[in-house]
Amino acid sequence: MSTVARFHIEHVRLIDAEGEALAPLPAFARDPAALVPLYRAMYLTRTFDAKAIALQRTGKLGTFASALGQEAVGVGVAAAMRAEDVLLPSYREHAAQLVRGVKIEESLRYWGGDERGCDFSGPRSDFPNCVPIATQVCHAAGAAYAFKLRGEARVAVCFMGDGATSKGDFYEGMNFAAVWKAPMVLVVSNNQWAISLPRSAQSATATLAQKAIAAGIDGIQVDGNDVVAVHHIAREAIERARSGGGPTLIEALTYRLGDHTTADDASRYRDPALVQEQWALEPVARLRKHLLHLGAWSKAQEEALAHECAETVNAAVEAYLATPAPDTAAMFDYLYATLPVALQGQRASALRFAPHNGGDHDQSS
Amino acid sequence: MAELNLVEAVNQALAHALEHDPAVVLLGEDIGANGGVFRATLGLQQRFGAERVIDTPLAETAIAGTAVGMAAMGLKPVAEIQFSGFLYPALDHLINHASRLRNRSRGRLSCPLVLRTPCGAGIHAPEHHSESPEAMLAHVPGLRVVMPSSPARAYGLLLAAIRDPDPVIFLEPTRLYRLFRQDVADDGEALPLDVCFTLRGGTDLTLVSWGAMIHETEAAADALAAEGVMAEVIDLATLKPLDMATILESVARTGRCVIVHEAARTAGLGAEIAAGLAEEGLYSLLAPVQRVTGYDTVIPLARLEQQYLPSVARIVAAARRTLEEAS
Ligand SMILES: Cc1ncc(C[n+]2csc(CCOP(=O)(O)OP(=O)(O)O)c2C)c(N)n1
Repeated sequence: MSTVARFHIEHVRLIDAEGEALAPLPAFARDPAALVPLYRAMYLTRTFDAKAIALQRTGKLGTFASALGQEAVGVGVAAAMRAEDVLLPSYREHAAQLVRGVKIEESLRYWGGDERGCDFSGPRSDFPNCVPIATQVCHAAGAAYAFKLRGEARVAVCFMGDGATSKGDFYEGMNFAAVWKAPMVLVVSNNQWAISLPRSAQSATATLAQKAIAAGIDGIQVDGNDVVAVHHIAREAIERARSGGGPTLIEALTYRLGDHTTADDASRYRDPALVQEQWALEPVARLRKHLLHLGAWSKAQEEALAHECAETVNAAVEAYLATPAPDTAAMFDYLYATLPVALQGQRASALRFAPHNGGDHDQSS
Repeated sequence: MAELNLVEAVNQALAHALEHDPAVVLLGEDIGANGGVFRATLGLQQRFGAERVIDTPLAETAIAGTAVGMAAMGLKPVAEIQFSGFLYPALDHLINHASRLRNRSRGRLSCPLVLRTPCGAGIHAPEHHSESPEAMLAHVPGLRVVMPSSPARAYGLLLAAIRDPDPVIFLEPTRLYRLFRQDVADDGEALPLDVCFTLRGGTDLTLVSWGAMIHETEAAADALAAEGVMAEVIDLATLKPLDMATILESVARTGRCVIVHEAARTAGLGAEIAAGLAEEGLYSLLAPVQRVTGYDTVIPLARLEQQYLPSVARIVAAARRTLEEAS
């Protein structure tokens, strides 16, 4: 008997839960000026997230999927992307989207039931939120192929949850990108839950990163609550993809501190004591402690940031609440490039019966 | 001008598109070195390279899904699903993504892909190789569904599909691939989408069909003509969106309509056309609309498939039924 192949999966953590560096940090991370923007983005995400839940609870927003506890994954990865790269998110990646330049009011519009929220004013080529699980992995492979064919130095970065790695789309998309050596990075935000199904019941594999091995690409596991490690690994993977090195699968270990969505009650299936333990590991406090150790952050700066984020979010909420109702005709006007003759009668009928009063944001009914 | 069969006309249209538009790429199983199992892509990889004529791994979900990503990022992918019975894993991407990307992004992104697949019965194929899924696809808002019935229309409609800024499902009747030849000029001229083609004029009744069934429908019109009955024959060509105006105009003159399709009857496109006639054309009808369709059965294997497919005799019988009604 002989061994024909052998593999290993690395786990990367650079800063521990107390904010202590575990080893000499990569060059970028030795400069607090590079870390503070990551902290600010995580803080803003968390402020937005809490506000969105409050809006939903008061009937002013539809169902919302919180990213509480996962801020480091989106922020760390998106901060490693260039503007011309393309993000293909699932529905829980507003951290990455905010870093990409999606406006908070756009996000609110989307969750408030208005397609105009996907008309991102910032990253015009980024994909809208993907609700069917894992389909975006295939889209990312196709997008990456387009970049490669045209010789563009762009990378497609797609995000998914741990549950997504059980879908055929995940494997098919990763396999295509691997065969094509397409510039793509797959990021699994392994928050330990797919609604009520725990990670242990999702897959029998020791890591999700090792699923890369079946596709013949690199898989790496990172502490997803350590934004410095996430950013470091993502930078390497994205730049490797950009320079022709093909795709990488990054498994970011994190924890969903909130409910699956505002329509979910996680206490039905999850022991609150487990959640309590996880709060000790969460990413925002971790980087704050690190910055404090470095002497690169102060209580005054923290207060100023809290104030600034609250103002930014409140202004976005006002803009969202003041958004006039969409035109009835919009149902038809973006369906095809040119409305087929066969639909013109339906459009006219919709307009004939359209209410003339403005819409409101009451989602409670 | 060359005499081409339908599959050669498809090949000629694909070659023309690859030649004239660098954004066009083909992808699918066995389409490269092998030229496709029906040879629709014969010689194209040799001519245009393996980066534009891509032999993919065997995975229908990813063929459709990667085509969505390519299209959203400015390519014009023409994906082949080897047989329509294997289209179903791709439906998620067609229904949930391709058809709605423009709408979801308020026009910021679009999805100009073409998904080609052979369809229909009549070639003694194995199980799952003879399906007619057009009604399922036509039900999806945002898709276009096109089915040619001759080599010339295959060439012109496929070019139109590739140039269309929205997703088009292009269903190729396998039975017609090599059934007959026709002069097809390689002039790059597209035929219009979203309109029916009236193949022959008539005053006594309207026969509506598409794809391979046009063949039996025309034969039925010939048989009726021998009896002195002049049937108008309409080829839908684009099945969604449906050009009801042409059908209504025809039935307003003839007063009678028979719809012929090989897909199963229930909730088939024949029901849609009959409903359109009931809504808009009831008072011009001199007789109830008739449907001649495949049965609501699994498409049988070869030994029974001719009995499943609407025959000339069944079409003629339905036509007679409409003619026997008092006018
Ligand atoms: C194909 C599909 N099946 C089922 C659902 C319903 N659903 C929504 S989220 C979810 C769990 C997803 O878990 P995971 O991929 O781990 O992502 P997370 O929500 O934890 O971020 C399910 C089953 C869906 N959206 N898509």
